[in-house]
Amino acid sequence: MSSQEIPEERLPAEQDTAHGAVEVADDPFADPGLPAHRPRIQDIDERAAKRSERTVALMFTMSMLATVGFIASYVIFPVDKIVFIWPFGHVSALNFSLGLTLGLALFLIGTGAVHWARTLMSDVEVADDRHPIEAAPEVKAKVLADFAAGAQESALGRRKLIRNTMFGALALVPLSGVVLLRDLGPLPEKKLRKTLWAKGKQLVNMNTMEPLRPEDVVVGSLTFAMPEGLEEDAHDFQNQIAKAALMIVRIEPDDIKDKRQREWAHEGIVAFSKICTHVGCPISLYEQQTHHVLCPCHQSTFDLSDGARVIFGPAGHPLPQLRIGVNSEGNLEALGDFAEPVGPAFWERG
Amino acid sequence: MSTVTDTKRKAPAGERVADWADGRLGIYGLAKANMRKIFPDHWSFMLGEICLYSFIIIILTGVYLTLFFHPSMNEVVYHGSYEPMQGIRMSEAYASTLDISFDVRGGLLVRQIHHWAAVIFLAGMFVHMFRVFFTGAYRKPREINWLFGFLLFVLGMFTGFTGYSLPDDLLSGTGVRFTQGAILSMPIVGTYISMFLFGGEFPGTDIIARFYSIHILLLPGIMLGLVVGHLILVFFHKHTQFAGPGKTNKNVVGMPLLPVYMAKAGGFFFLVFGFISIVAAIASINPIWALGPYRPDQVSTGAQPDWYMGFAEGFVRVMPGWEINLWGHTLVLGVLIPLVLFGVILAALALYPFLESWITGDKREHHILDKPRNAPTRTALGVAWVTIYFVMLIGGGNDIWATHFHLSLNAISWFVRIAFFLGPVLAFIVTRRICLGLQRRDKEKVLHGRESGTIKRLPHGEFVEIHEPLGPEQLYALTAHEQYKPLEIGPTVDKNGVERKPSALQKLRARLSRSYYGEGNQIAKPTAEEYKEITSGHGHH
Amino acid sequence: MKKLSARRRHPLAAVVVLLLALAATGGLYAAFAPAGKAQADETAQSLAIDEGKKLYSVGCASCHGTGGQGTTDGPQLVGVGSAAVDFQVGTGRMPAQQPGAQVPKKKVIYTQAEIDQLAAYVASLGAGPITPNESQVDPAGADVAKGGDLFRTNCAQCHNFTGKGGALTHGKYAPDLEGVSPKHIYEAMQTGPQSMPSFPDTTMPEQEKKDIIAYIKTVNGDDSASPGGLSLGGLGPVSEGLFGWIFGLGGLIAIAVWVAAHTAKAKKS
Repeated sequence: MSSQEIPEERLPAEQDTAHGAVEVADDPFADPGLPAHRPRIQDIDERAAKRSERTVALMFTMSMLATVGFIASYVIFPVDKIVFIWPFGHVSALNFSLGLTLGLALFLIGTGAVHWARTLMSDVEVADDRHPIEAAPEVKAKVLADFAAGAQESALGRRKLIRNTMFGALALVPLSGVVLLRDLGPLPEKKLRKTLWAKGKQLVNMNTMEPLRPEDVVVGSLTFAMPEGLEEDAHDFQNQIAKAALMIVRIEPDDIKDKRQREWAHEGIVAFSKICTHVGCPISLYEQQTHHVLCPCHQSTFDLSDGARVIFGPAGHPLPQLRIGVNSEGNLEALGDFAEPVGPAFWERG
Repeated sequence: MSTVTDTKRKAPAGERVADWADGRLGIYGLAKANMRKIFPDHWSFMLGEICLYSFIIIILTGVYLTLFFHPSMNEVVYHGSYEPMQGIRMSEAYASTLDISFDVRGGLLVRQIHHWAAVIFLAGMFVHMFRVFFTGAYRKPREINWLFGFLLFVLGMFTGFTGYSLPDDLLSGTGVRFTQGAILSMPIVGTYISMFLFGGEFPGTDIIARFYSIHILLLPGIMLGLVVGHLILVFFHKHTQFAGPGKTNKNVVGMPLLPVYMAKAGGFFFLVFGFISIVAAIASINPIWALGPYRPDQVSTGAQPDWYMGFAEGFVRVMPGWEINLWGHTLVLGVLIPLVLFGVILAALALYPFLESWITGDKREHHILDKPRNAPTRTALGVAWVTIYFVMLIGGGNDIWATHFHLSLNAISWFVRIAFFLGPVLAFIVTRRICLGLQRRDKEKVLHGRESGTIKRLPHGEFVEIHEPLGPEQLYALTAHEQYKPLEIGPTVDKNGVERKPSALQKLRARLSRSYYGEGNQIAKPTAEEYKEITSGHGHH
Repeated sequence: MKKLSARRRHPLAAVVVLLLALAATGGLYAAFAPAGKAQADETAQSLAIDEGKKLYSVGCASCHGTGGQGTTDGPQLVGVGSAAVDFQVGTGRMPAQQPGAQVPKKKVIYTQAEIDQLAAYVASLGAGPITPNESQVDPAGADVAKGGDLFRTNCAQCHNFTGKGGALTHGKYAPDLEGVSPKHIYEAMQTGPQSMPSFPDTTMPEQEKKDIIAYIKTVNGDDSASPGGLSLGGLGPVSEGLFGWIFGLGGLIAIAVWVAAHTAKAKKS
């Protein structure tokens, strides 16, 4: 810093060393001191105080009744009973009664205690002195001296070998803990690049679990598909479907603007990954008039008639397309895996 | 009772118990300083209590929920009592949450209390934090407590997020998916962290169990420690108070802990608990049975996180989709920048007290609170921050606003993008002007008295409104606030005639100080002379 | 008329006629006349088509063209089928106040008989999805849980978990499904009105459509249970957050004001 050649006392920071050295405007008016206490009605009128006492006792008593009501509700209402209560709708009788009685039982204890404090306990405001947080100079001197003595006796400053090896040991030992975390999961390797799709895998309609045929898919319709052989009760179903889910639409081939898309389609039937390339939500808000598909999570919008190009929102690249054809049985099949990783982008994606 | 004639007074049972404890814990020493501790009365000082009590409620109800919840992602076929889920495959976590809601008597209530208390806890912390901010209560000696509170807010967000994810329903699972996508966007380490967090590929079978231990043990454990530290510091520093007659920087005026605050604060716990129970009785929250179990290929529109994550969600939604592909690597700026901004904007709030104390150069203790108007620049900065926060909250719910106000989703996103830059600037300018206007009004009131509303006709026909002079208490309260004078860099030539050059940092500091306290940026307090001149000159009405 | 007579030989014509006959003579007739025995009444059918054509040329032709060929203001109607007409006109969407991608539901201005005539006319222009009969859309006995699963796969992305509706691009939206009749839900799935894609029987069989209808009626009907209390619109965390802030925290702050306030002082006497 260039401040080195400047006399210390000129620097703004120097104004701070002494307490209260900051320049502030003076107060124009003297502090008149705490106002005199004024009594409440309860302080001077014993009848009012009695009334307060009865009110507090009433609240506590009602709280007891509410607890009884809670237990009664618990016993009386079956867990699945639905009743209509205006304006809340068709609600669970048990939830409503338990919540209300518990709430009242607690709330009335609270109102009772607060009303008691507000009306019957002393309301004289008192002042309590504060004490400086900082230690007095002699205390500070004593502590510093003690510390110096202790440090001196430990010889940590002189015996550098001990000090350095100790720091080394202390710095290394947490590494064990870090190493232990290694088996939290496998290494990424190529896992994010592969899906279950492969050449010859049929497209299975997720509604009927039957292979899709080209004639099933009409222009303007929306269908979801998964690879044949993936079973809902398979142990890795969730992991596989998270990458393999497909969205199938049919677009008049002449309306497809992207050349590669047209080639990878079958008679205008296109298969795109259902997983958004932004952060991975299943994207499928397909507007059949415009062929735009919107992600419900962050509103990335893709144009399915133009290579699933991003036309709005935070996604950074188009939805991957799966190349499809028809097999000998007349069913739609994949002609390979996706050409690029599905889902959100990542560092190694390239 | 005893045959021994004791000359000594026989201590009552309570005292004997206290003696026993004192011999082991030294409780008399503790009680001496704290039993009649004074707390000032102001509603805004109870915001922290709302947070504390909702935190306790969350712990109590949370422990109950752990008795029934199974943090497992094993797939089961549901055969419980909720009809529209019969025969559906789901994780055990989701199935046990359905059981808590439909088969455990009172389970639904406890779940709803837990979740409502969490929503209110976070909202309470937000409001409490801004009460502290706008009154300058974070100034020395309370900066560390400000950081404790800030950490509680941030940890609360993540505890909330992990808890909301536990039922493994379609909505929260979508949120977890988003988290995974966001982790993937981190350069170099993203894929590794994702694999390690999820125990492999998304969603895997580990994440619920891992979130469970984070949600019920790790984060609340840290939070409990911070809460205790926060409270100890509140006791140690003693509470701040607003300026007023008899209230000085060296005292604290209010009511004693025993009995008044014991009853008020204790009673308030029951009020908060009771109120949240009633909320849970009448309003449904996170009806997971309507959402369905999580499947990575299913989704619903209107997928939002709980409100406290909405701010981050807003950033993610309105960010343009920037992605850079270079040398075989992808830098996902469209996700990374929102993540960084999320951290930076929160950190700015955490560090503000240190910035302000550097600008003022003030190292004194402060126990008298500022009225927001009397610190116009701080107040304006705070409002600008809150503006960014709420603009982003709107962005985070843009689809809901779109459908309910018949607006275009895309238009809202563009509005948020622009408002992110313009909103805070406008808010800053407007707030500061309002503050200065209020300062002028205060000054006016001190010098000319209060408008009485009584109109008087003077002998020559002019109508005037009678201004009543303020009493000494009001005069003091309106002028007791502190007004700094801006820092000067000082002469550029020292006493030996040698030129000295102030560093860029010093210049910046002086400039900031001027923008806080310079001419036109605060209204000078009335002086005693001005007051005397005006009051004697005008005569009495 | 040439076109029309050509369509009479269409294999679906008989079904159209059957449906029209059922609709025209009302529910009683449907109950008494077994479907197999109902004969296509050529005269009744052409009468309905004629009537439909008259209605069409007054109410629809300006946008859809005199023969349903479509104009810049409205799509072609050849081949949309009677189900599309029944849905669009039966929910009041058509006639539209202004052309556009989003045509909101409004008050229905045609009687069901007129709608059936219109549908007959449009169906006569070209084969398309046919208005379903009552048993096709009756959700009784359907599998609600299966319907829920199908709903989350096919519908929830636009219509929300329980069919509360949601936003699409540029101000378009998927409407709330509360109070929509089973027939109209069925027809919407079959025909894909406006922005909505269709879910034809080939990819979503009739039984699955029934399951979905049953699910919607269970979770988004007039008397659907909301066990936890106020459903807050069923919109999820946004409305919950607003309620938590305004009512929850707001209520607690109001209580705090009471707790901290000074008690009223006795009047100075």
